[in-house]
Amino acid sequence: MIIDGENFKRYVIELSEKNKRIDGRGLKDFRKPIKIEYGVSKNAEGSALVTIGKTRVACGVKLEVGEPYPDKPDEGTMIVNAEFAALASPEFEPGAPGEESIELARIVDRGIRESGAIDTKKLCIKKGEKVWLVFIDIYIQNHDGNLIDASALAAIAALLDAKFPKLEEDGKVNYKEKTNEPLPIVKKPTACTIYKIGDKLFVDANADEETICNARLTITMDENGTINAMQKGGMDGLEQDEIEKCIEIAKEKTKELRNYLKG
Amino acid sequence: MRPDGRKNDEMRKIEAKVGVIEKADGSAMFKIGNTIAIAGVYGPKPVRPKHLEDPEKVLLKCYYDMYSFSVPERKRPGPDRRSIELSMVIKNALLPAIFVKEYPKSQIDVFVSIVQADAGTRCAAISAAAMALADAGIAMKDIVAAVAVGRVNNEIVVDLTKEEEDIEGTTDMPIAYMPRMKKFTLLQLDGKMPADDIKKALELAKTSCEKIYEIQKKALKDKYLKMRENENKD
Repeated sequence: MIIDGENFKRYVIELSEKNKRIDGRGLKDFRKPIKIEYGVSKNAEGSALVTIGKTRVACGVKLEVGEPYPDKPDEGTMIVNAEFAALASPEFEPGAPGEESIELARIVDRGIRESGAIDTKKLCIKKGEKVWLVFIDIYIQNHDGNLIDASALAAIAALLDAKFPKLEEDGKVNYKEKTNEPLPIVKKPTACTIYKIGDKLFVDANADEETICNARLTITMDENGTINAMQKGGMDGLEQDEIEKCIEIAKEKTKELRNYLKG
Repeated sequence: MRPDGRKNDEMRKIEAKVGVIEKADGSAMFKIGNTIAIAGVYGPKPVRPKHLEDPEKVLLKCYYDMYSFSVPERKRPGPDRRSIELSMVIKNALLPAIFVKEYPKSQIDVFVSIVQADAGTRCAAISAAAMALADAGIAMKDIVAAVAVGRVNNEIVVDLTKEEEDIEGTTDMPIAYMPRMKKFTLLQLDGKMPADDIKKALELAKTSCEKIYEIQKKALKDKYLKMRENENKD
């Protein structure tokens, strides 16, 4: 759609002087609609489909029984994986996960892990022997920018939707029967990525805006305003003053996104 | 009587929608019972790598992928032997419907994701992909419709569920069919089937695919009717 990157960039910067965007939003506005649908994949223990504008991300949670790490014998574990499915964008290639999908998975992972969103002690079945492993798998369905925020929201939404499967007496998991017991989710971390275009700060960049962004900063916060994860991306640097501004923006926006979650 | 109470010639509830992935050149969703497939088409575009270019016809590439959480026991993300075979048979099921010589030196990519699985995923993938190709404006001779038939408890039935597939002695036959051209473009069989039953199974597949074909055509028309409505609104 965009042929001339430089002209497009000049246009976006000109608009931003008037706090305007190419799609009519203000710089600090998320696209609408923001939607979360739960239970979109019934074989998952929990699942959610997040829509932000035209960006759509599905996340599913699966549980398995496995061994704990030796240094944490009474805690379950979690693994986040992200698939940039090639159907979601002409920019994605089929094949093994690239660095961007791995980076995204790791940012989402840190937000959930470091906030203590999952009470991993409650995932212990038998100390030192058996714990629940929580697999959080993210699939991009349509890539129109800001995948990190959408994925982080999808991940916590899918966790909130998840119920334990039935554990039979022989120790096998019966995936056909879900219990009514929800996963022990005690925090709701959400992520906000702030994009720097020119010398202005934007939130929720769409795919076109992302192509001209010099730097971005993702900040994950829980409901207490504690920062659990940060990641600077892009080729340009950020000044301290800009980082402080980003934190102020993230405080407000992570809260706004959290309000879309159930429970 | 079948486990879920359906008649032998009764398919599960079907929903179809065209235009579900905005970034794709064509896209569609096909839901049959608890099986959901979404397909995205990109192209025609230049062939990469270039040495695969065919001066006379299009290079069609298909990728079938199951979401890790689409099945009761988590599947490792990414391709495996099964998905590579299915990608190939899906490609061969779609190719006869495409005017391949319209796109020399070009490539068309078809990506299908299985969001939720309860048997019949390759057939749902084909039904979704055929709609996505049509939505992308690819010149086509026909639309491909697909459904599994099979033999469950000595009865010939259509659209088996996972529960039926797991019954001892079940035979499963995934079929794709072009209703206008009257040609079968996917035919697989897994199990044991007396030769006399094959004819009956094919007949059932044909009439079922004709029903799917009507649903596919309606979904395609609905997208454009909706576009017209939106344009009139402006």
